[in-house]
Amino acid sequence: MTQITVNTLSSEIENMDAAYSAAGGDAAVLHKHELASLVVSGNKVLNANGTEGIVLERQETEHGVDIKMTIKKGYKIPLPVHLCFGLIPEDGLQEIKMNFVAEEDSAVELIAHCTFPNAVKVIHRMDAQMLIGKNASLKYTETHFHGPHGGIQVIPKAHVRIEEGGSYYTNFSLISGRVGYLEFDYSVDAEKDAICEMVTKVYGKKDDKIKILEKISLNGENARSVIKSRLAITDNAESEFRGITEGHAPRARGHVDCMEVIQGNARAEAVPIVRVDNPLAKVTHEAAIGCVDKKEVETLMARGLEEDDAIDVIVKGMLA
Amino acid sequence: MRGVNLEVGDREIHSIIGANGAGKSTLAYTLMGLQGYEHEEGSLIFNGEDVTKLSITERARKGITLAWQEPARFEGLRVRDYLAIGAKANGGITEEGLKEALRKVDLKPEKYLDREVGEALSGGERKRIELASIITMKPKLAILDEPDSGIDVVSLKEIVALIRTLKENGSSVLVITHREEIAAASDKASLMCEGSILRSGDPLEISEFFKNRCIPCDNRVSPPKAA
Repeated sequence: MTQITVNTLSSEIENMDAAYSAAGGDAAVLHKHELASLVVSGNKVLNANGTEGIVLERQETEHGVDIKMTIKKGYKIPLPVHLCFGLIPEDGLQEIKMNFVAEEDSAVELIAHCTFPNAVKVIHRMDAQMLIGKNASLKYTETHFHGPHGGIQVIPKAHVRIEEGGSYYTNFSLISGRVGYLEFDYSVDAEKDAICEMVTKVYGKKDDKIKILEKISLNGENARSVIKSRLAITDNAESEFRGITEGHAPRARGHVDCMEVIQGNARAEAVPIVRVDNPLAKVTHEAAIGCVDKKEVETLMARGLEEDDAIDVIVKGMLA
Repeated sequence: MRGVNLEVGDREIHSIIGANGAGKSTLAYTLMGLQGYEHEEGSLIFNGEDVTKLSITERARKGITLAWQEPARFEGLRVRDYLAIGAKANGGITEEGLKEALRKVDLKPEKYLDREVGEALSGGERKRIELASIITMKPKLAILDEPDSGIDVVSLKEIVALIRTLKENGSSVLVITHREEIAAASDKASLMCEGSILRSGDPLEISEFFKNRCIPCDNRVSPPKAA
């Protein structure tokens, strides 16, 4: 068992707890010793708590933290591991480097909240390398909260390799508050019988700018994937989506699905790209950009909602 | 539409019968005030109040609602949340109320309450959820546009029972239908043709008239044989 408790100012912990809650998390989980958790504020590790089967190493750097998390071979971690990254001040830079390994036959669920509630001039970079071993499973849910000002650049970049029979499910969500500038860049290499599902949900407002690039290479026989993107933008927000799936092996199956709802003067671009160089592989795509469905709006109005409230329900439903 | 004079009484089940293209759905959308179906002339009086110029929302808050023939999909919206929306105006709804609404449309609450409305449900299932949302809203006037379409014949009895339940709960029901079984369960029926109400009266008589006089007359329903 690895259990590390780092002494730090209680006010920082309280601030991060509040920020974690603002991002939609339940701060109590960060203080339960039976749950694995990691809390990073700026470049300080406020809490690092491992459980059996998890090796957690961290190194504070000038602007952030380098993390290595390993799920040991054969361990199925029964409860989710909670991660919290954030920056409380109005300005600053946070750089997170993560090296994640799920060894053969292991399974884990990571629930991450990235929270910058006061950001006016903040940059958050994440650079992740993930290895999902043979028949291992990683479920990774990442919820962001960037506060009301839009003064933030968030640049998460990840490369994921899924070995034979492994599975990787990720759900990135940035729905509440402003986005600011988001440049999301994830790529995945999937080997034989691997499964990959990537979901992104973002709601852009005012002058937010959203760039999403997701790429999955189905390199192994029978590898399967879905890229699903749901974006809603309003006011003068802009979004660009690139969803790339490559089918390189027999019976590889992939699908790219992008739906964007725009309102006001928002501008959206969606480009699903499919590349197949094996005649037994099959990759499909669909993309739609448009206003909120008129029948859905009128149905909710016929149940008594005002038009704006009806649109809000529909957009939040799509992003839920 | 022209020449449409229609009166629906308190707690009355009133069927609108007619061939495809007769204007039945247009009548429903006009009554609900949907965009593109606004009145050019004429008026709509509801409970003694002229609601002709009111928006969809305003009409709904007065107690008028519509169940679409082809319900919307609502990606991501859970059935429980959809059903609760209509009940807001009546002070909300309990968990048991939600379950009961689903039971009345023959859907098991434990199976459907937490599913998404658009989540791979069949047309018939979405139709039943649409009808359940009418139950939770408890409207004064429920306009049902072909509630039987997409639902198997065996379930027709349930649809008829549901319409009667709406009436018992205090609603007037204007139901657009092709089905004799539903017309027969009505208190009154009106026959539409080419945007007009041809006649109103006893549902069985109207239904017979439609079957014997309209269907042979209307090549949209019964195409003439080739010479």
